[in-house]
Amino acid sequence: MASQEVLREESSRASFINDPKVRSLFFQTLVVIVLFGSVWWIVQNVIDNLQRLHIASGFGFLKGRAGFDISDTPIAYTSDSTYGRAIVVGLINTIIVAVAGIITATIIGFVIGIGRLSHNWLIQKICTVYVEVFRNIPPLLVIFFWYSGVLAVLPAPRDSYHLPFGSFLNQRGFYFPRPVWGEGSWLIFVALLVGIAMAWFVARTARQRQMATGQQFPVLWTSVALIVGLPLLAYVLSGFPLSFDLPKQSTFNLTGGFQVKPEFLSLYLALSCYTAAFIAEIVRAGIRGVSKGQTEAAAALGLRSGSILRLVVVPQAMRIVIPPLTSQYLNLTKNSSLAIAIGYPDLTATAGTVLNQTGQAVEGVLIMMIAYLILSLVTSAVMNVVNARMALVER
Amino acid sequence: MSWVRTEMALAQAAPASVRGPVAWVRKNLVGTVGDTIMTILGIAIVAWILPQVINWAFINAVWTGPDRTVCATVAQGGIQPDGWTGACWAFVNAKFGQFMFGTYPIEERWRPILVAILFVVLLVPMLIPRVPRKGLNAILLFLMLPIVSFFLLIGGVFGLPHVETSRWGGLLVTLSLSFVGIAVSLPLGTVLALGRRSKMPIVKTLCVVFIETVRGIPLITVLFFVSVMLPLFLPAGVTFDKFLRALIGVSLFAAAYMAEVVRGGLQAIPKGQYEGADSLGLGYWQKMGLIVLPQALKLVIPGIVNTFIGMFKDTSLVLIISMFDLLGVVKQNFSDANWATPQTARSGLVFAAFVFWLFCFGMSRYSMYTERRLDTGHKR
Repeated sequence: MASQEVLREESSRASFINDPKVRSLFFQTLVVIVLFGSVWWIVQNVIDNLQRLHIASGFGFLKGRAGFDISDTPIAYTSDSTYGRAIVVGLINTIIVAVAGIITATIIGFVIGIGRLSHNWLIQKICTVYVEVFRNIPPLLVIFFWYSGVLAVLPAPRDSYHLPFGSFLNQRGFYFPRPVWGEGSWLIFVALLVGIAMAWFVARTARQRQMATGQQFPVLWTSVALIVGLPLLAYVLSGFPLSFDLPKQSTFNLTGGFQVKPEFLSLYLALSCYTAAFIAEIVRAGIRGVSKGQTEAAAALGLRSGSILRLVVVPQAMRIVIPPLTSQYLNLTKNSSLAIAIGYPDLTATAGTVLNQTGQAVEGVLIMMIAYLILSLVTSAVMNVVNARMALVER
Repeated sequence: MSWVRTEMALAQAAPASVRGPVAWVRKNLVGTVGDTIMTILGIAIVAWILPQVINWAFINAVWTGPDRTVCATVAQGGIQPDGWTGACWAFVNAKFGQFMFGTYPIEERWRPILVAILFVVLLVPMLIPRVPRKGLNAILLFLMLPIVSFFLLIGGVFGLPHVETSRWGGLLVTLSLSFVGIAVSLPLGTVLALGRRSKMPIVKTLCVVFIETVRGIPLITVLFFVSVMLPLFLPAGVTFDKFLRALIGVSLFAAAYMAEVVRGGLQAIPKGQYEGADSLGLGYWQKMGLIVLPQALKLVIPGIVNTFIGMFKDTSLVLIISMFDLLGVVKQNFSDANWATPQTARSGLVFAAFVFWLFCFGMSRYSMYTERRLDTGHKR
């Protein structure tokens, strides 16, 4: 008994240094001290440097006159606008190119990814070559290739390529007819909204009826008819209020229509092509991740191959696909900052110009970082909602 | 009475419908109506693209020449017939030295070449599994080589003339940035991943904040950060080399991604392994270094190599803070009036793409090979 007491006492004494709690406390205190020390040192240096350079810190500079022009302005902006507005213009441009790129990359990626699983040898090889080429070269190079290698060597406006629907392609970009909404065109939008709402309602009722009675209803065609038909009807009823402003060719330039500049076009095409290669691999892995037994069981139940794909394979594949797909969307958004290399005024480009003009390095970089973080968080949040709907519902 | 066959029936060749080229075509190209349509579509695509590419890259290409005239049509002031399009490999040929070394002094170019030879000599045995003495090899490759290369490339000692890093360029910059980035980001990322899974709240929070912030912003912003903010962070008068700043940016960025890859591996190790190590009386670093990390890293080799490939491609972004890596030098040379033709940009970019592609494709194939080799059969 006595010896055990001694032992316990001794062991508790010896364990003081080896106690994980003590160690962790010590280590963390050390980390905090080092961290605060270096932060304090950095802050002191920054204050010194800023005083030396006569730069006032703070975000007051955002109200100053920008004094530089931006080539693509989705919202009203002139060089007399404020720095703050310039940055907002850049942010909107980033969002535009990111959303457009995400949609196109998803479509191309799914097509190529499914193509890589095709039984058709030729299609499979073509898709493999696409993936292996685009996956292994830097996105910046793809952007330059579209910009300097393809779009810059297109003919001058005088010899533009004529494309269908009155659109043109030349070295100044892509021109297509701009829709002009006449009086009463609000009816079309209302009809579109009503159509979507009714389609959703029909789909819900049809699902409930199928659950209850087993009877099916042609939801797809009804929805198409509602969503396309109602606006068309409204268009006719309100007296054809929609007209098109066609681009017209003059001697040196094109007038009218809607111009997509080569900067946007090359960034958008490059991001779509590049990200599509990664999405294709994700889709392929997702579909292959659904075990063969699932397909066979569905076939044994008597489902047709289309239904097998729609009801059994795709819902399970999406579960595997969505998380990595989200990170590809985030990558695309972040890669859109490469716009600066070809002069498309995205967030990085405008914030960089502001930063250079004002010397407000700390604030400029902070704004950039926060804006991208928010974009990332919003994208993740949206995709998490989608993921939660797709996820396996377990008991 | 029954009849019993006494000799074996002669084996016959499989019917023509299941073997041979005809059957292969029938199975793989024209199995169904849809298949046939797809095949025709595929043939149309290939027939449309391939001849153009071959024509441009080989048949019509110009391989040598003194200046732009060989790559321009008559209307553009050159010697080619109107309507000619072809690759201007003469441009790549003339600028090859710059594409490889930037403006590194020509009489000193033996130094990067020597470094490259050393690198290959040390790397090849490292990559071949059967060659012994991997430990010594790794020390030479990851410790000795950077030091030797540093003195060789920068110079200023042993009678070697000093070469400013601003004169480095081309593939030299791309490779040195990625090599250092790889050598720094793997250990740093591992430490960050361990920190993220640590039970110490402060350490954990710090690691999470660092990883998530860096992963949430583009590399360009990180490069902006290091090129604009680092000088502000340091006392007046202390300046950083621009190359070093880019190195710091790229390494930090890659480390955050590496941390997430390694964390995936750490999470995949069953709890029993940790507890087993604990019950053997191993300390934290012994437990991690001897039991957990070897298994975890092996699991995530594909992810690690993917991060390497991503970083190799990302080094091209240093162009934006006006450093000239391979892509930067190629782009810089577009504006050379001596070579400006409509074909120059395309040819230069295709060449750069080919170089990047070779490295990245090589890395990905090697990772697949390693993955197969290390597969211990424990996977389901």
